[in-house]
Amino acid sequence: MEKSQSEIRIILVGIAKNPLGFMGLVIVGAIVFSAIFAAWVVPYDPIEMNIRDRMQGPSWSHLLGTDQLGRDTFSRVITGGQVALKVALPAVFGAMAIGLTLGMVAGYGPKWLDNFLMLLFDTIRSFPTVMFALAVVALVGPSLQTVVLVVMATSIPTYGRVARTQTLTLRNSEFILAERSMGASMARILGVHMLPNIIGVLAVLAAMDIPTVIALEAGLSFLGLGVKPPTPSWGALLKDGYALVRQTPWLVIGGGLPIIIATLGFTFLGESLRDVVDPKLRKNQ
Amino acid sequence: MLIFTLKRFALAALILFVAVTLMFLMIRAVPGDPVQIMLGPRATPELQARLTAELALDQPIFRQLIIFYGNMLQGDLGTDVFSGRAVTQIVFQQLPFTLELIFGSIIWSAALGIFLGAYAASYPNTLIDRMVAIVSVSFVAAPAFVVALLSLLLFAVHLRWFPAIGAGNGFWDRMDHLVLPSFAIGLSWVGYIARLVRASMLEVLGEHHIRTARAFGLAERRIVMVYALRIAILPVVTVIGVGMGFLLSSAVFAEIVFARPGLGKLVIDSITTRNYPIVMGSVLVSTGLFVVSTALADLVNAWLDPRARSAK
Amino acid sequence: MTDVLLEIDNLSVDYETARGDLKALRNISFDVRKAEIVGIVGESGCGKSTLISSILRLIAPNTRFRSGEIRFEGSDLLKATEREMRALRGDEISIVFQDPMQTHNPVLSVGQQMVDIQHRSKAPKGEKRENAAKMLAAVGIPDPEARLDQFPHEFSGGMRQRIAIAMALMSEPNLLIADEPTTALDATLEVQIIERLQELQREMDCAILFISHHLGVIAELCDRVVVMYAGAVVESGDIRKIFHDPKHPYTRRLIECDPGHIKTRARILPTIPGEVPDLANIPDGCIFRDRCNQATERCLSQVPPLESVGEEHMAACWLNHEEVTA
Repeated sequence: MEKSQSEIRIILVGIAKNPLGFMGLVIVGAIVFSAIFAAWVVPYDPIEMNIRDRMQGPSWSHLLGTDQLGRDTFSRVITGGQVALKVALPAVFGAMAIGLTLGMVAGYGPKWLDNFLMLLFDTIRSFPTVMFALAVVALVGPSLQTVVLVVMATSIPTYGRVARTQTLTLRNSEFILAERSMGASMARILGVHMLPNIIGVLAVLAAMDIPTVIALEAGLSFLGLGVKPPTPSWGALLKDGYALVRQTPWLVIGGGLPIIIATLGFTFLGESLRDVVDPKLRKNQ
Repeated sequence: MLIFTLKRFALAALILFVAVTLMFLMIRAVPGDPVQIMLGPRATPELQARLTAELALDQPIFRQLIIFYGNMLQGDLGTDVFSGRAVTQIVFQQLPFTLELIFGSIIWSAALGIFLGAYAASYPNTLIDRMVAIVSVSFVAAPAFVVALLSLLLFAVHLRWFPAIGAGNGFWDRMDHLVLPSFAIGLSWVGYIARLVRASMLEVLGEHHIRTARAFGLAERRIVMVYALRIAILPVVTVIGVGMGFLLSSAVFAEIVFARPGLGKLVIDSITTRNYPIVMGSVLVSTGLFVVSTALADLVNAWLDPRARSAK
Repeated sequence: MTDVLLEIDNLSVDYETARGDLKALRNISFDVRKAEIVGIVGESGCGKSTLISSILRLIAPNTRFRSGEIRFEGSDLLKATEREMRALRGDEISIVFQDPMQTHNPVLSVGQQMVDIQHRSKAPKGEKRENAAKMLAAVGIPDPEARLDQFPHEFSGGMRQRIAIAMALMSEPNLLIADEPTTALDATLEVQIIERLQELQREMDCAILFISHHLGVIAELCDRVVVMYAGAVVESGDIRKIFHDPKHPYTRRLIECDPGHIKTRARILPTIPGEVPDLANIPDGCIFRDRCNQATERCLSQVPPLESVGEEHMAACWLNHEEVTA
């Protein structure tokens, strides 16, 4: 446990040293902070309507203006971050957990199971993501849960494949063979020896996946098929802005910029995480 | 080469088969009456009856499967719930617009990406190289539909340089309407491809056979363009093939934002009007497109790289 | 001496690194005459690679030529322009590299590559292909016409090396540099390739600079030999003289330790104790001092010059000096 704590510190320091990584850390930190403390940070209630003040441009009382129902854009942007993370984090970690398990099973288990799982993964990956999401939403109806589910389903194959490849490589590596010759059980081998090696790679994947997932949720909400109104989502902001693009351009900017900043932040973070973790992984192997 | 091609297409067919089956199961796996869910609360009994017959939901599962696969093989994707027209016809009418958009995006982004990547690899660790790197990372991050919206706002609404709506008529008009959407879709690709080509080129340029080529006095230009680039480009081919899925997804958004006709707009409209057979048909066609494009990418890869033909 | 083809004259080459200058070659001198085979013997780190890349100027960006000349057919290559160097490469000076598995471009056919290297000729493509096929036959590749259209991965290691030799000899160069061409191959293949090389050399009358650490092959193939250690020439001269009467402790140890030379059975194979010195921190005096069991005071402080110890025989060792002056 102590080892992993200091390892995390080493990784964080490594990321912070890289200028892009540092920016990523700052941005992600700000988003996470505002997401957690959204209720205290927002100047107005994000779903409170105020028809008198509708469609006003940016001003000192409304930093990013108001939308067609008089809701404060800035507050909606902050809360939108909360929604984005509420979708992204469970989806990514859920997909990672399931993908990891299935991948390890595929890599370590019997060949027929491996073939079956790989075919399943390849098939899911052969659906264009958004199309697949739309097909599911059409069937089940839009909601936050649906989005999380869909996003998770489309991500699982990626983690699964990587976990499987890693398991296969490790399976024949010397230190695993040594463990097996000493009588270690499959559970022990999988859990204690293979897992730490694989998790590193998957963690990097997850960090790079979060921006994609945020974008997907925003996209679905933009199409009106994501989170249900009046829940503020960056995508929903874009939707409202687009509908009245000539009268309320600030909504488009207010919805678009946070998405870009968030995806940039997570991407920078993910990239520098990979740069830090990758040579370490290669060294350990 | 021939055997490889056959094997590859067989695999593609298998995946398509499984995908189609998955779609079939999805409809029937939904709890409750799928017809009611699909048509929504305002469905008339007549429409419900039509859709039920259409999807053969009143028949035993086994017969449903047979009817379903039978239709697929004949290219019959069902009929539109409201108008009764063949879904296949409707979908393939819209497909060319989406294809136009996708190819427009790939062509410009791949060309620029390969150029930037090869350039950065030829002058590694210079200022230009680092700039290309930073810009690449940034471009990759920005989601296509946000870029689409922002460019709509800036270039179409505010500056009025390009049209905001539709696909246009006549060659030049259509090109004009293609600019902004394919720019939005292709932007993230430029960065991605540039980085891929750069890394790939640097790796190849360090390999021994390049040293051999130099030892025989071959012109540097030939070494870079023929000996190195041909190998370095291989990952790009695969990436584009696999990226077709991503491109299709981005195209959906671009079509909505710029009110262009195409598969994406068709699907969204159909979801809103609860015209489920069209949704299914479009998803299946786009999946088929994706499967074919990955197969084609593998084939092109094998054609360009003889080593890949004997692999596996 | 007009039959001197290549003359390395007091060449010193450094690599600039973060740790300091790596003195890869220090005052290297030897020559190669027309149509003769000169061997270079030495363990890893002796400077062979630096030497070869300096001759053809296929160098790393941090290479620095500190002093000396590389004279080929009279003119100093170090003063030549890149264009002039490119004209020489693959034409008058050819090279066969060590690793046959990576030496050819994997996505172009063998024929395409062999036609490419004839880029200076204005002959039509058909003729170039014919030349290529003839050359493949000369190195012992069966059915050469058909094999021109195959790709490198379809050939075994031994055959790829033959192809490399064919490519190198196609322009009938004056000098062929062979960088450990048989190190990556097994013993039987080695014999075949060496024999083939000898045949071709006799036919074409070209000079060969043959680098190897396999003493048996050197003894078999070469007319003269240069022994290098950690960036310096320690002994050079006629092959028989050096093998029968080595005048440098390192050469003596090399011969003793060569597996082909060992006559008595022993449980422990002889080796030279110690390690090659760090090229960034060259000690004073003789470069071999720390591993030599006969080192004297003088050896620790003064660098022994390479000087004649007999006809066609030079060595750099203070022990010879004492003999002579004694």
